Amino acid sequence: MSIYLPIAELSVNAFIILGMGAAVGFLSGMFGVGGGFLITPLLIFYNIPPPVAVATGANQVVASSFSGALSHFRRGTLDVKLGLTLLAGGLAGASVGIYLFTLLRQLGQLDLIISLFYVTFLSVVGGLMLIESINALRRAAANKPVSLRKPGQHNWVHRLPFKMRFKRSKIYLSVIPVIVLGFGIGVLTSIMGVGGGFIMVPAMIYLLRIPTNVVIGTSLFQIIFVTAFTTIVQATTNQSVDIFLAGLLMIAGVIGAQYGVRVGQQLRGEQLRALLAIIVLAVGVRLAYDLIATPDEFYSIATTGVGY
Amino acid sequence: MRWPVRIRLVALALVWLLTAAGAAAQDERLEIGISTDEIAITSDFAGADLTVFGALDNADDLLLQLGRYDIIVALEGPAKETVVRRKERVFGIWINRYSMRFAPAPASYSLSSTLPIDRITKEIELSGKAIGVRHIHLTPLGNVGDGSRVPEFRDALLRLREEDGIYQSEPLGVEFVSSSLFRATLRLPANIPVGEHRLRAFLFKNNEFVMERQLRLRVVKTGIEQFIFELAQNHSFVYGVLAVLLAMLTGWLGSLIFRRD
Repeated sequence: MSIYLPIAELSVNAFIILGMGAAVGFLSGMFGVGGGFLITPLLIFYNIPPPVAVATGANQVVASSFSGALSHFRRGTLDVKLGLTLLAGGLAGASVGIYLFTLLRQLGQLDLIISLFYVTFLSVVGGLMLIESINALRRAAANKPVSLRKPGQHNWVHRLPFKMRFKRSKIYLSVIPVIVLGFGIGVLTSIMGVGGGFIMVPAMIYLLRIPTNVVIGTSLFQIIFVTAFTTIVQATTNQSVDIFLAGLLMIAGVIGAQYGVRVGQQLRGEQLRALLAIIVLAVGVRLAYDLIATPDEFYSIATTGVGY
Repeated sequence: MRWPVRIRLVALALVWLLTAAGAAAQDERLEIGISTDEIAITSDFAGADLTVFGALDNADDLLLQLGRYDIIVALEGPAKETVVRRKERVFGIWINRYSMRFAPAPASYSLSSTLPIDRITKEIELSGKAIGVRHIHLTPLGNVGDGSRVPEFRDALLRLREEDGIYQSEPLGVEFVSSSLFRATLRLPANIPVGEHRLRAFLFKNNEFVMERQLRLRVVKTGIEQFIFELAQNHSFVYGVLAVLLAMLTGWLGSLIFRRD
């Protein structure tokens, strides 16, 4: 069944889009990530113009993160104060990101930068996660206790000024790294169309030493706002949010996520992280290959202003 | 005995001149019509065929039978400015290095004719009237140096659009259904741009241009597609807020329906 996407201005097979949404939803439910980092490359592989893929990806993440944050809020694993601090940086970062997005689009280098960002972040994050999870699996095999957070162990981040107490997370932390992290994720959200959970979660755990139980809920909380902001700004400046495409992805994604959560509960944490790391790396490698391999087509065309 | 021969020749020449003048005075006329002046793109739009009917008035029967009349029908999409970019390898990565901007030119082009167009008339006539994919007027904008790279970018643009099906031609798509009535079938691609299209029909006699007719045709999105497109263009902030609300509603419903606690 082919349907016409009014903003992307092309016909696509609705079942392929639904399939993508369900598959990504399944993975996001399984791993507790928004799935934006998978949906945007998949849409680009399926010939959706990158600007539309990025903006629509952000819109889709609003749905999955809202759904996820709601259940974390009910369970009390969401630190609103920490989330709002991240958000302050996030909104500023998203504004800068949108400005860069528009600039790069005019220069004709947007596709390249999107790909480069993806390759860099997916490889680095995927690689680090894989190493960490393999070590965890080894320790588990050797029957040693597995712990992500080593209490009492502090790093340079904890020596920064402007400290603030985050009750729910039970930490006393400088706001500087929190805002900087939020800012960085905000930039990525608008350029890559991702929620940034796949970067924020490891950064919060390993860098800020925030307890794992509040990390996912809090990151989802701030992702809702940053992606919602990005969606609105992308819609206003670039008119590149395709509500049809986003709608299909969301519906399939929300359903897929439910099954993902069930499967995820049967796997152990470090197994999950190793699997996620492999998927992240695979997407990164695929995008890197496209950048390096000699293209079939050297030319590309873009239609800009309307004449007559 | 030389006079009569010359007289005969002069007479022949006179007769020939008269017929030629008669043919010119005969004044063939081309008329075309389409069943609709608006094509609607719906959510299941996967391309369409546009049939153009036409009549040839005051045609010379003999020339008609000899197939000396040729017709070309072309649908030109709205004019849009286009940028062509070329990738180069820089530090092992393929990036867009060179680009060339072209002045507004039809964003889509479908042509149908009685014969391949290069057999209908001369190259110069085709390019003068911008008939055929290869003759679409593409003028580079801005600084193009000595212009030596213009053909390369021009060809790339035409080739990409032909591969995409957005520029296409059907060399035998015009058929005569009776001695003076013809039917032209134009293939409209699924990705046809919306906006005002121009239908142009050309009549040729003995490989010479006789006349041109034009009609306007609007390609529009309909129903919900049009509503969404216009909302996104004209009320983009409201549209963005709606997109976010839709996402939140979907997320909320999802967590409600599949609530596990």
